[in-house]
Amino acid sequence: MSQTRREKLAAKFREFLAPENVVDQPTSLNTYESDGLSAYRQQPLLVLLPENIEQVQQVMRVCQEQRLPVVSRGAGTSLSGGALPHAEGVVLSLAKMNRILEVDQLSRLAVVEPGVRNLAISEAVKSLGLYYAPDPSSQIACTIGGNVAENAGGVHCLKYGLTLHNILALKLVSSEGEIFEIDQRSLQSDGYDLLPLLVGSEGMLGIVVEVTVKLLPIPRCARVVMGVFDSVEKAGDSVAAIIAEGIIPAGIEMMDNPAIRAAEDFVHADYPVEAEAILICELDGTEEEVLSQIELVEKLLKNGGATETRLARDEAERLLFWSGRKAAFPAVGRISPDYYCIDGTIPRKALSAVLSGVRALSEEYGLSVANVFHAGDGNLHPLILYDANNEGELEKTEELGSKILQLCIHHGGTITGEHGVGVEKLGEMCVQFSETEREQFHAIRECFDPSKLLNPGKAIPTLARCAEFNAMHVHEGKLPFPELDRF
Amino acid sequence: MNSIDEVDIEAELTSQIISVAATGGEIEIIGGGSKRFYGQSLEALPVDVSGHSGIIDYDPAELVITLRAGCKLSEVEALLAEHRQMFGFEPPCYGRDATIGGMVASGLAGPRRAFAGGIRDFVLGVKILDGHGEINQFGGRVIKNVAGFDVSRLMVGSLGTLGVILEVSIRVIPSYETELTLAFEHDSADKHIRWINELGSEPWPISASLWVAGRSLLRLSGSVQGVQYAAQQLGGETAEPCWDELKEQALDFFDDAQPLTRISLPPATTDQLDDIPQLIEWGGAQRWLCAEVDIPALRSMAEGVGGSVCAFRRHAADVAVFHPLPPAMLKLQRSIKSSFDPAGIFNPGRIYPGL
Repeated sequence: MSQTRREKLAAKFREFLAPENVVDQPTSLNTYESDGLSAYRQQPLLVLLPENIEQVQQVMRVCQEQRLPVVSRGAGTSLSGGALPHAEGVVLSLAKMNRILEVDQLSRLAVVEPGVRNLAISEAVKSLGLYYAPDPSSQIACTIGGNVAENAGGVHCLKYGLTLHNILALKLVSSEGEIFEIDQRSLQSDGYDLLPLLVGSEGMLGIVVEVTVKLLPIPRCARVVMGVFDSVEKAGDSVAAIIAEGIIPAGIEMMDNPAIRAAEDFVHADYPVEAEAILICELDGTEEEVLSQIELVEKLLKNGGATETRLARDEAERLLFWSGRKAAFPAVGRISPDYYCIDGTIPRKALSAVLSGVRALSEEYGLSVANVFHAGDGNLHPLILYDANNEGELEKTEELGSKILQLCIHHGGTITGEHGVGVEKLGEMCVQFSETEREQFHAIRECFDPSKLLNPGKAIPTLARCAEFNAMHVHEGKLPFPELDRF
Repeated sequence: MNSIDEVDIEAELTSQIISVAATGGEIEIIGGGSKRFYGQSLEALPVDVSGHSGIIDYDPAELVITLRAGCKLSEVEALLAEHRQMFGFEPPCYGRDATIGGMVASGLAGPRRAFAGGIRDFVLGVKILDGHGEINQFGGRVIKNVAGFDVSRLMVGSLGTLGVILEVSIRVIPSYETELTLAFEHDSADKHIRWINELGSEPWPISASLWVAGRSLLRLSGSVQGVQYAAQQLGGETAEPCWDELKEQALDFFDDAQPLTRISLPPATTDQLDDIPQLIEWGGAQRWLCAEVDIPALRSMAEGVGGSVCAFRRHAADVAVFHPLPPAMLKLQRSIKSSFDPAGIFNPGRIYPGL
C-alpha cells in the first residue's frame, strides 16, 4: 500500500474524526494486526476509532465511496481471526463507544454502546441485584459488540443461553451508512426475525452501534460439587444421568487428565492429579431448590462411578473449585510454548468416541492434547500443545485441529460452538455445508451488504476456497468421511 | 415406543416444487391447517405437507429432538411427556391436527414465552426445501453452534414464505416437578403491569402470568421446595390453573364473534390502554383485545412506545394483518425472501405484499 494513499485517506477521515482517532503510523497500526488468534497477522491501511453513531455512518459512507473493506473490532479477543485486518481496508474499532446509556430496573434491561466490556455491564447493575448472564472466558476484556458479532457463549449457556438469548434490541449501521434497528423488547418481531441472522454474523451484515441487553436477577444461592472419575466415559455418562433426572445445572464442566495436571500445577486448587476426568457441577437458584438438587447430583455422581465427590463448603471453596477450570487455558500455556484451542461441539453421547479419536490423532501427529469440555452443551475445547519455533509445527497443529473438527462433524456435531469461523475454519465450512447452502449464506450477505465491504473473506468460504480445500483433503476421490451425515 | 407414523415424502415434495417452479405457479403450504387463519389470506395451489412424518432422532439425555415437520404437535408433546420433557415455549395447537412445521412457521408461543423463551430460542437446526427445489440444512442438532449464518432460526415465524420446512431439531427442557397457580386482585391493567414487572427483579420461579377482569394469575413452576417457598413469600390465593385454556384461547374472554387483536408492547409499558377491556400475558408484553377496534390508532400508539399490533383473527379482509414495516426494512426483508424463493412460489403475500 502506497504511503500517499494512506495519507490521503487519513486526511479524508480526519475531516470528521479527531486526529488521534485516525491511526496511520505503522508502529501504532501494528497493535491491531491480529486478534486472539495471533498466528494470523496483517497490517491494515488505517484504524479508525469513531466516538458516536454519526461518525460510524460517515466512516461507512467514505468506505463505500472509496470501496474500502471494513473490519469492525471490539477488544480483539476473537479466537478465530474474526477481527484480522484486511490489507487494503480499515479496521473500525468501536472501543471508544463504551458508555452505558441506560439502565431500566423495572424492565430489567440496559442499553449500551458496543465497546462496553461484557463484565462492566454486570458490575454496573450489581447494586440493583441484576446481572448480564453470558460469560465468555474473556469477559473481563471482551466487548458486548464483539459478543453480538460472535454470538459468544460461556460456562453458563446450558441454563442461561448464548448472547442471542440475552439480547432484546440492536441498532446497526449498514454498509451504506444507514441506521437500521431490530427491537424485540415486546418479544415480537414484525416480518422476519432478523436477530438470529445478525447475532453471530461476524461483522459481515452490519456494524453494531447500540445493544439492548436483558438483565436477570442474581441467583440467591450457588453451590458446586466436584466428581472425580477414573475414566472420561464414566464422567460423560454421569452428565447424561444428571440431565436425564431433569436437572439443568448452571454450569457443568469436564477436564481430562492433562488439563487437570496443568491446572493444578498452576493454581493449586487441590485437584486430583491422578484422575482421568473431573466434573465440576454448579447449581443455582433459590436456596431451597439448590439444596434439594445438589444432594441428588452428588448421589448421581456416585452412582455413575465417581471415586470421590467433593461439595464446596463455602463461597471461597466454590471459587477455588472453579479457579482451576477458569485458568485452564493459561495453565496449558505454562507447560507448552504455544497452544491452539479448538472449538467443536458434539452430541454428548459421542463424547467417548470423539475423545478416543482425538487421542489417536494426537498420537499420529505426535502432539499432546489437553481437553476441557462444556459438558452440558457438548462444546469441546481440545488444546493442542506445540512449539511455533519448531519448523512446520504450526502447520502440523492446524492440520490436526482441522482433523479434530472434521471428526466433530462426522459425529453429528459442528466445527464451532462459540468461537466463530473467522479465517480459521473457512476450510471446514466446506465440509460442514454443501455448495447450495454456502450459496444461500452468500445471498443473505448480499441482501445486507451488496458492496461486500463488511469483513470480506471471513466466515463463509468462496467456491474457489472450497475447491482448494477439497483438492488438499480429498484422497483418491473421497472426502475424509464419505458416509458423513452433515446434519 | 411412540405411535408417530414414519413416512418420508421428501422426494415427492421436491418434484412437486420443481414442477410448480417450472410453470411459474404459486403454492400455499398446508400442514394441519390449524393456523391457516394467521396472516394475509392468499389464493394459491394448496400443497399438503402433513404426510411428511416421523421422529428422526430423540435421545432424552441430549435434550434435543429431531423430527419431520408433518408430525402432529399433540403426539410429539405426548412422546416428550413420557420422558418427563416438554417444549419450553408451550406452543398453542388451535386444533387437533396442528403440526410441528406449522408450529415453527407460525412462531406462536404460549404463556411460558416471557419466562422460558420463544420458539426461536429453542430451534437448533432445519432442513428446508427452497424455491430452487434445493434441499438445504442449516444449524444442527447441538445446543451450541455458530457455524454459518443462523438460518434455522430465521424460519421461525416466516409463515412458509421462505420454503418448505422438512425437518427441524428443537431443544427440549425437563418438565417441572410441580406447578402452582396463585391469584391476586389488581383492579387496573397498569397496577398489574407494575406489580408483575417488580416481581421480575427477584429470581422467583414464575412461568406464566395473566391479568383479566381485575384479577392477576401467576403460575409457579419448579422443584417442590422452591415453589412452596415462593408461594409463601408471594402471598395471594391458590387458584385453579387455566393455562391450557389461555394457550388455546378458550377462555371466556376470547369471544368467537368478535375480532381479536394482539398488541405487543415492551412489558413495563403503562399509561396506554389502561381503561380498555383486555387480557394481558407474558409479563405485560402481550395484550389481547377482543372487540371492534381502530387498528390504525392502535398502531400509532404502539409505534410510539416500541411495540406493534397484529390484526390476529376475524378482522375484515382488507386490514393489514401484520404491523407495517418501515420502507427500508421491507425492502431488506423482500430481498431475503427472494434469496430463498426468487420466483415467489411459497405462500405469496402471507406476511406483507412481496413477502
